[in-house]
Amino acid sequence: MKTLSVNHLLGIKQLTAEDLHLIFETADHFKEVINRPIKKVPSLRDITIANLFFENSTRTKLSFELAEKRLSADVINFSASQSSVKKGETLVDTVNNILAMKVDMVIMRHPKPGAAQFLSERVNACIINAGDGTHEHPSQALLDAYSLREKMGDLKGKRIAIVGDILHSRVALSNIFALQKLGAQVKLCAPKSLLPQYIESLGVEIETDLMKTLQWCDAVNMLRVQNERMEVKYFPSTREYAMLYGLTMEKLEQLRKEIIILHPGPINRGVEITSAVADSDQAIILDQVENGVAIRMAIIYLLAAKLNITAQ
Amino acid sequence: MPSKVLLSGAQLELLLHRLAWQLIENHQDFSNTVLVGLQPRGVILLEELMAIIKKEQPQGKLTFGKLDTTFFRDDFRRSTKIHTANSTEMEVQVENKKVVFIDDVLFTGRSIRAALTAINSYGRPESVELLVLVDRRFSRHLPIQPDYVGAQIDAFEGDRVRVNWEQQLQKSNVYLEEGNS
Repeated sequence: MKTLSVNHLLGIKQLTAEDLHLIFETADHFKEVINRPIKKVPSLRDITIANLFFENSTRTKLSFELAEKRLSADVINFSASQSSVKKGETLVDTVNNILAMKVDMVIMRHPKPGAAQFLSERVNACIINAGDGTHEHPSQALLDAYSLREKMGDLKGKRIAIVGDILHSRVALSNIFALQKLGAQVKLCAPKSLLPQYIESLGVEIETDLMKTLQWCDAVNMLRVQNERMEVKYFPSTREYAMLYGLTMEKLEQLRKEIIILHPGPINRGVEITSAVADSDQAIILDQVENGVAIRMAIIYLLAAKLNITAQ
Repeated sequence: MPSKVLLSGAQLELLLHRLAWQLIENHQDFSNTVLVGLQPRGVILLEELMAIIKKEQPQGKLTFGKLDTTFFRDDFRRSTKIHTANSTEMEVQVENKKVVFIDDVLFTGRSIRAALTAINSYGRPESVELLVLVDRRFSRHLPIQPDYVGAQIDAFEGDRVRVNWEQQLQKSNVYLEEGNS
């Protein structure tokens, strides 16, 4: 009987390749569950989960909440904008107060890198990182890899490119770790100003020419330019960025091969990807959203299995 | 662990034929019936029974599904053992159909309880029957009894009763592994 090697999901970095495969296999079963006439299983009916969102989110929050409800967990939602955080309460105090209401699991998004790790060392609950600043977004990387695996089969030796704002992207870092653990080759493509220093030390290739990257890859993950995290200008204009790094139908047609296109959302249509590309058959953006629920059900289920009731 | 054979391949073959005929007797052409094998081991029994029924009724059409009950079990987080799910293949309508659950060994009845909940995700059957190859008597934790039984066996609680399926039915058998109790 297989189980995860970790008790929290803080990042992909801490997971093994076996963990990734176990999550994917479990997600396969949950994908069947969410396509049944009644899309719910009673496994987690005695578990309470708190969704703590200290930063805005649409997709991730809804996807986690739906995954929890499909597993029959009780759910409480918290968003920082309407809370005592504004009155000066610390993170640990906020979470401990929530845990005092008998909560078993915390799913947290936070603007500070390392917030999930910090919390897991200080409170007595299972922590799932739903994005911590520019650090990691493990559930997104898992659903990206799962969606690719669904289209391409085993990712071993496959060429995957990540294009766009790597510097501010937690999706990029988690994706690099996940794809490498699954044996894929990873190439990053961005203007020099949007690439973190020393990123090549992770064993990825760097390219600044989008066309060369597209020629090389089997699939491309187009990242959003995260204007909200930019305190200074990283490129001259949005128009110039769109011309050099935006994915258009013309660029795809020049390739003479079909590549798979991912986007973690939200899309800036006309900037990193045009509407025609985003809505084309090559884009699997909506598959990613559907798979997101199955992947998150698998993560929650596998971590909940480690909350042994007899140990409480 | 010492083990002893309870049913030989030849006995198993006879039992399977009897069970198949009992199903035919009650369900005739199976037009309103869905046979549901419970994962993992009930599925093998389902396939064996369907092969016999098809031989007897070559023109008949059998509808069947494979149901996994892992996510409906009542022992999640209650034992150190973590159950790995198997695939569910239920591409059939069960609404207002006569469903027959098929499993190899009936022990505590908890898997059947889970299956009764799980099947409701696909609709409301007209009725649900239970067919088992081996019924371990006096070991039930729940008020669940089979409608079709291959053989009844008495065993101590710690013992394990297993069906060893081989490619050739003649080489298959049912055996008992004695536990420590």
